[in-house]
Amino acid sequence: MEGTTERVPIRTPQDVVLVRQRTRTLAAGQGLSLVDQTKVVTAASELARNTLEHGKGGEVLLEAVVNGSRRGIRLTFEDRGPGIPDLNAALRDGFTTGTGMGLGLPGARRLMNEFSIESTPGQGTRVVVARWK
Amino acid sequence: MTQHLHDVLARHEAEILREWLREQQKLLRPELIREDDLRQQSTDFLRLFLESLRSGEETDINGPRWSNVRAFLEKISGSRAVQGFTPTQTATFVFSLKQPVFTRLRLDAKSADDLAADTWRVSTLLDSLGLYTTEVFQKSREEIISKQQEEMLELSTPVVTLWDGVLALPIIGTLDSQRTQSVMEALLQRIVETESDIAIIDITGVPTVDTLTAQHLLKTITAARLMGADCIISGIRPQIAQTIVHLGVSLGDVVTKSSLAAAFQVALDRRGDRIVRAAAGRAADKEL
Amino acid sequence: MDRIPILKMGPHLLVTIQVDMHDQLAMTLQDDLTTRIEKEKARGVLLDISALEVVDSFIGRVIGNIALTSRILDAETVVVGMRPAVAITLVELGLSLQGVRTALNVERGMQILTQRVRADGKSGRRPEVRGGRND
Repeated sequence: MEGTTERVPIRTPQDVVLVRQRTRTLAAGQGLSLVDQTKVVTAASELARNTLEHGKGGEVLLEAVVNGSRRGIRLTFEDRGPGIPDLNAALRDGFTTGTGMGLGLPGARRLMNEFSIESTPGQGTRVVVARWK
Repeated sequence: MTQHLHDVLARHEAEILREWLREQQKLLRPELIREDDLRQQSTDFLRLFLESLRSGEETDINGPRWSNVRAFLEKISGSRAVQGFTPTQTATFVFSLKQPVFTRLRLDAKSADDLAADTWRVSTLLDSLGLYTTEVFQKSREEIISKQQEEMLELSTPVVTLWDGVLALPIIGTLDSQRTQSVMEALLQRIVETESDIAIIDITGVPTVDTLTAQHLLKTITAARLMGADCIISGIRPQIAQTIVHLGVSLGDVVTKSSLAAAFQVALDRRGDRIVRAAAGRAADKEL
Repeated sequence: MDRIPILKMGPHLLVTIQVDMHDQLAMTLQDDLTTRIEKEKARGVLLDISALEVVDSFIGRVIGNIALTSRILDAETVVVGMRPAVAITLVELGLSLQGVRTALNVERGMQILTQRVRADGKSGRRPEVRGGRND
């Protein structure tokens, strides 16, 4: 399953459900344990919702990845929304705008092994996360 | 040139095989592998080796022409690791082929230069292949060790059913991050399987607790609560109690008891059960 | 629009979530429950999430809100059947669902709700809830 990539557009609430399902399939395929699968899918759900609500829609790239002998899954969420002006605040627990984005980023970060975020106000946001077996 | 090398060896394949088997029997422990199996493995290897020689000039054993040989070596390295061979013994399988091959090349040599070139070529090839078996062997051993570690992890934290609906998890040794994760998952899984709503986590056998361990314990307890089960911590020794306070970790409203017995009593009380000593000729009020 | 069915069982309401809910569906459930509790003068709500493989922060908050709202309407909510992987993940996310009663399965959950109704009937007042479980 190495090398598998899949792009899922995130434009509606149903797309968030689809992202969960596709992430689950990929994570299971890479051999992650049930608990780890659940963590990845939950993080994906948080980030997909952010992309939809805050980012005004975007897409996610799902990738099956390999690092030496370790297998894993990488998710890249991108949107062209308003961006996040204060990343530090957004990554701090308890930060809230609108529908409670506060729990989205720090929570997703805790669930994954790797987490990185770039955001330019007025241009958009990109979040890349990965979880290894 | 490899073509010539191949032709010489192929013409005398049977003799080389015989010599090789004789060499191996001198060096190897006979009880580790049956003679038939050894003969079969040697025959197969020699055949594959010759095929790869014939297929081209390439001497890099990592290239595509040698993939069949590599695959074969992987297979026997793996099986020999399981059988208890040392890496040297497995590599010797390949190295011991050199002598019979050299002998044959010498007998057939038309010139000193040719002999030197052929000997060198076959020597480097067999050296590389012998070393390859060592690498593969190493990898299989690592996989076996890793699996044994997992099994040991499971054995060292058994979840015990103390009573109807009451589980006990006696933890022995220090709790590192990975172990705590598997302990946590095992406990929660048992809670579901046995439909137990009380779990006693006994840490009498845990010498020290650091912040991370304490946090992991708390996470386990919170997760159990979310599932509908309560946890009681027992066996907290004075030093550990001090450490927990010192670390500033809040146990919230988690019930803690100094002994497993005391925790068990709390569990029984919660369930409204009692254990009554049976008088002679009468059955106990509640059967264990 | 599809909705999650709500069943009436005596003085209680039973909700079994069996689909991966999108946000709108979850919010509709919250509204529907509030309406039904009021309409039926329900004393308890049993929320069965044993089929849920994922509970993220949004769904977690909806569950919390259902418990809070129902309490204000004098109904007790018990959430049952949370899977281990889900529980572990929720804790990691930082959600502990404080104040939400939980039970292992529907049977235990019903026991809790029935006890409450019985106790209320005897004493005529809201009982003190026993045990150290999310109260």
